Amino acid sequence: MTRARLAQEILVPHRLVMIAVAIGLVVWAAMAMRWDWIPRYYDLALQGLWRTIWLLALSCLFGFMLAVPLGLAQAAGPRILAAPARAFCTVIRGTPILLQLWLIYYGVGSLFPQFPWVRESELWPYLRQAWPYALLALSLSFAGYEGEVMRGAFKSVPGGQLEAARSMGMGRFAIFRRIWFPQALQRALPTLGGETVLQLKATPLVATITVVDIYAVASRVRQDTFIIYEPLLLLAVIYMMIAGLLALMFKLLEHRFNRGMVG
Amino acid sequence: MLDWLYALWPGLEASVSLLALEPPGWGGNLLRGAWASLQIALGAFALGLVIGTFGALGKLHGGPVTRDLLSVYTVVVRAVPELILILILYYAGTDILNQALQAMGQRPVEISGVVAGIAVLGIVQGAYATEVLRGAIQSVPRGQHEAARAYGMGSVQTLRRVTFPAMLPLALPGLSNLWLIATKDTALLAIVGFAELTLETRQAAGSTRAYFTFFLAAGALYLMMTLLSGRIFGWIEARYRRGQVRQ
Repeated sequence: MTRARLAQEILVPHRLVMIAVAIGLVVWAAMAMRWDWIPRYYDLALQGLWRTIWLLALSCLFGFMLAVPLGLAQAAGPRILAAPARAFCTVIRGTPILLQLWLIYYGVGSLFPQFPWVRESELWPYLRQAWPYALLALSLSFAGYEGEVMRGAFKSVPGGQLEAARSMGMGRFAIFRRIWFPQALQRALPTLGGETVLQLKATPLVATITVVDIYAVASRVRQDTFIIYEPLLLLAVIYMMIAGLLALMFKLLEHRFNRGMVG
Repeated sequence: MLDWLYALWPGLEASVSLLALEPPGWGGNLLRGAWASLQIALGAFALGLVIGTFGALGKLHGGPVTRDLLSVYTVVVRAVPELILILILYYAGTDILNQALQAMGQRPVEISGVVAGIAVLGIVQGAYATEVLRGAIQSVPRGQHEAARAYGMGSVQTLRRVTFPAMLPLALPGLSNLWLIATKDTALLAIVGFAELTLETRQAAGSTRAYFTFFLAAGALYLMMTLLSGRIFGWIEARYRRGQVRQ
């Protein structure tokens, strides 16, 4: 959209009034509500924000890495691989992520201390903390949803493309890397963008297993100061900004991937 | 009868007795929680459909202000985590209701968990339903509306006889997805302390320390709900797609 058209869209009388009302609300909120707790919790909030962001980024990365084989197995794999992949996706998509998180943290987490060799291993200092379980649960959940998306994407790449690649003498791996995967990814990108926002919205659940993300910081403000609305509203604004950034990022990515495409 | 299985799998007998329906076992609590979850999911889905229908009609036929307000609603709800919306709406809803009651000279009330859960999840569902229904209505060919108009049907009659039946098969996959989200989102009410399936499970698991048994049992209950409703939606879709050309 060009700048002139953008201006034309926004500078309509009713939108100007709505923007004025919105600004008025923000000013009223800034003046009338209590924000004096912000300086005290500023550092903690930044740490929490950082934790939310890397949990999101890493879980999406690991989840996607797992989703590609899951999708491939379902789209083209032999039955012996396709059936477990489908079962995994069904179970993940059919149960709440909160339950998965608690199963992994309380269930798996309570198993480890029973084995002496786990407690003596070098991983133990990490396994005693909560974040590896949060990361594992979020990654598995993302993999389950995206495995289904990638299945559709792999299936939607026209067979002629793969045949052409084969007739050019490409090996299986080269076909996958050069033809199949890029085209599937291009088709899946719009969905993946939406799913990443959904994943962002799942991250505050890790606060229930003692990971101090941005949501947990806001809950702590609520408990310490008995201020209810302000931290929640600020939190909502922060999540909206992250979601907006994600949407923008995926738009740019899509733009890049669609270069040289017809339509 | 199950003795041979118990012999093969030492922990099974203990798990089965933990899941028994009578009080020493926790199965009854789990089932009660599942029933509460199902009620909330049904209520929230229904409320979401009502909001979504009006939202979609408002987005398509409303004035410029209605349309902009509705897009603010859908954008905000779809960008902010459900958990935060639940907390905001729960506190704000209780506050506003009690202030209104006080202004009318009534005594403040405690909102029941089921009603609050339905209201909050319904508002969240409404935003998604608005988008699903709007998309479905938009993909009904224009010519069908025009034909209905040409027959002299009013707008309500057009909606009831032409638009609604024509858009339903297109909306059903999205709506079935929404229903699945509704059943799973009920778990979030565990965090505000409402005794639905996930919270009952956690209490049972916490007091017996049999985490795997209970979380897996609850997972199986959720999975049963989602798989069964998938079947039901598939059946409804097949019914409404009768006589339509398959793409």
